[in-house]
Amino acid sequence: MAPGWLRAAWMTALFFGIGFGLVAGIRAFAGWDPAIDWEPIITVAALTMAPIGFLSGLGAFDYWLGWAFGAPTRPDDHSGHGARSWSDYFRINTDHKVIGIQYVTTTIVFFLVGGMLAMLVRAELARPEANFVDPQTYNELFTAHAALMIFLFVIPAFAGLANYVLPIMIGAPDMAFPRLNALSYWLLPIAGIMMLASFFFPGFGAGWTNYAPLAVEQPFGNVFFSMAVQWAGASSIATALNFLVTIITMRAPGMTFWRMPLLVWANFTTSLLVVIATPFIAGSQFFVMFDKVMHTNFFDFAEGGYPLGYQHIFWFYSHPAVYIMMLPGFGIASEVISAMSRKPIFGYRLMALSLMAILILGFSVWAHHMFVAGMAPWLRVPMMVTTLLIAVPTGIKVFSWLATTWEGRINFATPMLWAVGFVSMFVIGGLSGIFLGAVPIVIHTSDTYFVVAHIHYVLLGGSLFTIFAGIYYWFPKMTGRMYNETLGKVHFWLSFLAFNATFFPMHIIGVQGMPRRVYTYDPQFGNWNLFITISSFVLGASFIIFVYNMIVSWRSGKPAPSNPWRALTLEWQVSSPPPLFNFDEIPQVVGNPYEYGVPGARHAILSGERAPTGEAETVQR
Amino acid sequence: MRAGPLIRVILVALLLAAAATAVAIFVPWLPDQASEEAGRTDFVFWFVTAICIGIFAIVAAISVYSFVKFRVRPDDDSDGPPVHGHTGIEIVWTVVPLILVVAMLVVSSVALARNDRVPADHLRVEVLGQQFAWVFAYPEEGMEVGKHKLACIDRETRLIADRCKTSPNLRLPVGRSTRLYLTAREVIHSFFVPEFRLKQDAVPGMTTAITITPTKRGDYPVICTELCGLGHALMRSRAIVTSAAEFERWRRSPSGENGDTSP
Ligand SMILES: [Cu+2]
Ligand SMILES: [Cu+2]
Repeated sequence: MAPGWLRAAWMTALFFGIGFGLVAGIRAFAGWDPAIDWEPIITVAALTMAPIGFLSGLGAFDYWLGWAFGAPTRPDDHSGHGARSWSDYFRINTDHKVIGIQYVTTTIVFFLVGGMLAMLVRAELARPEANFVDPQTYNELFTAHAALMIFLFVIPAFAGLANYVLPIMIGAPDMAFPRLNALSYWLLPIAGIMMLASFFFPGFGAGWTNYAPLAVEQPFGNVFFSMAVQWAGASSIATALNFLVTIITMRAPGMTFWRMPLLVWANFTTSLLVVIATPFIAGSQFFVMFDKVMHTNFFDFAEGGYPLGYQHIFWFYSHPAVYIMMLPGFGIASEVISAMSRKPIFGYRLMALSLMAILILGFSVWAHHMFVAGMAPWLRVPMMVTTLLIAVPTGIKVFSWLATTWEGRINFATPMLWAVGFVSMFVIGGLSGIFLGAVPIVIHTSDTYFVVAHIHYVLLGGSLFTIFAGIYYWFPKMTGRMYNETLGKVHFWLSFLAFNATFFPMHIIGVQGMPRRVYTYDPQFGNWNLFITISSFVLGASFIIFVYNMIVSWRSGKPAPSNPWRALTLEWQVSSPPPLFNFDEIPQVVGNPYEYGVPGARHAILSGERAPTGEAETVQR
Repeated sequence: MRAGPLIRVILVALLLAAAATAVAIFVPWLPDQASEEAGRTDFVFWFVTAICIGIFAIVAAISVYSFVKFRVRPDDDSDGPPVHGHTGIEIVWTVVPLILVVAMLVVSSVALARNDRVPADHLRVEVLGQQFAWVFAYPEEGMEVGKHKLACIDRETRLIADRCKTSPNLRLPVGRSTRLYLTAREVIHSFFVPEFRLKQDAVPGMTTAITITPTKRGDYPVICTELCGLGHALMRSRAIVTSAAEFERWRRSPSGENGDTSP
């Protein structure tokens, strides 16, 4: 039977059945009562086996299995490549451009769902008293909000944007492993649906950090989070490996490391972070789940387990994850700011090196999340040193972006608004980060609303703003149509103002002592919270403009030229959208990607063009 | 940068610094200061704030100037000057932040070391966090401290010795250092008194500790700041600081009939 949704449906059922039979069979054989125990059955059959059946049914493994069993296969089989109609977006597709769009649209859906959950959280917090949700539901709302935004929006949205543009930027026809790329994408909806399904099995309410022993004590639904993280994590790791191999082996001739656009550098470092760190969160969630389902005692202190062990493993991933959620945005900001200012990136090499510095330092700061957790007191000082040191490479990046705009010809089109909006919000997020790095202060501010303010300045004002910069910047390339500029600007200004009105006051109530993750609070914080809730509703509403703009422009926007921003990087030198394999002939890279204003400079020569003759050449527009 | 733009950027920076300073001064940020530790923490807080205001003002001033001054004019298709970098400036913006970071590290480390000191004549209080209340236990003079640094609370059975006076509120004498030893019954909780600027997780199976030296008599909220389950938001208690004499009177009165519900 041909791969597709029908086969996916019955194979999902079949694999669920196999898992069911396995658990019930083993339990009956061992004489455990009852044989049909739904908790292990759901864990094994629904959360582990059924997704494998679904992926097999869609055809994610067809090629590899065929090869393994000796069926005739062709390595350059492109039968699943490209999209001719909308239905080609709903199957296993090996075209990195199709996958990029699949990623971006899917993650935006999860962003909207996660945003809706945040609106419910804010509605509960509008007044100090408990209002309309019960405590368990409240805990699940903020937990699922964070989990969706992190694992199903920010991380994969960056992976999606890079999936689309990165291979073109380095002059490659596709990613190194197109079939793995397709699999990476299809793991995502599985993870997302699993996280949302946890609402029907209460229990995913221990915060996205899911600290043991509270997580183990939660109702059964907590397992949905532990497993969803495995699927999302597998997707991240596969994509990161794919990026690394693509960047290392598939650069066009002449594309040396020092000629790579900074977006490529950013995804190179991010991928290293993902590959090294993600197994740690996978481990932490497996251990918590084993404690819960199989009564192991990794974190059960009564049996000699070590609760702080969970936090160390968890943050060994989750601090680097902060940079997994930042560095790709740094890359996007660099592309947009340079092209829109008509100037070369200021200090290109230092920009690339500071990414590497952040990568290395990023692995040595995890315990700054544990300054009051009760770990060895001496460990706080070295962790504070490394934490504050990260301010140096991060500062270099901010100063370099500003220096890039200096004396430029700044075009404040929508992508640029989001990019400079990001830089300014990230400055505030970075400065509030110092208050969370200096130990005496963080003893006061940790686990208060100050932390909530900080993470939203970094992940919303930071990551989200760069994702929007990227979406607006490459929208013409991806869809072949222009978005509506006026709506884009309205979206930016509304979001920008509402964002600050929502999150800046959280610094104040945090320092004043309002704890996070509470559904009821001291009446002295009532006025600020009401103001924050109203602002957050405006912020939420601003995204309706975005969705409207994207849908309408995609259907009937005015056709986009191949290079509306007159940018120099390779993705703008091909048609919008690009041809099936990106280039008719692999380009020859001859110079740096940001040579704005340099007479006669070229980044690359595409087929059909004559070779540069030196001074007679003008900058390619 | 020529002299003209430099002066203008400096003027904008001064304006922004003044605005940020106003926000720092006129918004009531920190709660009352009621312990010696809070004094040191607040010094670090304002030290870091001053540096941050400086950085913010400079960065924001450059941004505002650049974004206003260098906007493209309509129909201007030209490029900016092809400046690729400037080694001198790049060294400056690497080294200056590094110096500021070192300064903040030194100030923070000194404050941390002082706040962590345990004076010899300190009072000992043991704290048990449980869903969803705090128990404060006061060992009798001369009680033996067990292998887990606890005299009143048995970390395995989580029972509290009869000889210890217990209270749902934390009672402290003013002007004397108290060492709090914390543990928890089932999940992690966190002890936080904003007016003391002190916070410490209470972890099951572990003993953690902090030193509090109250400087002001009063009644302060004790807040749990680690998500601990459904009652987390309601897990609150009080820290009552009294004169040494009043504290001694309270301490000698039998548990349960000592007016714990009144200040
Ligand atoms: Cu961190
Ligand atoms: Cu709590």
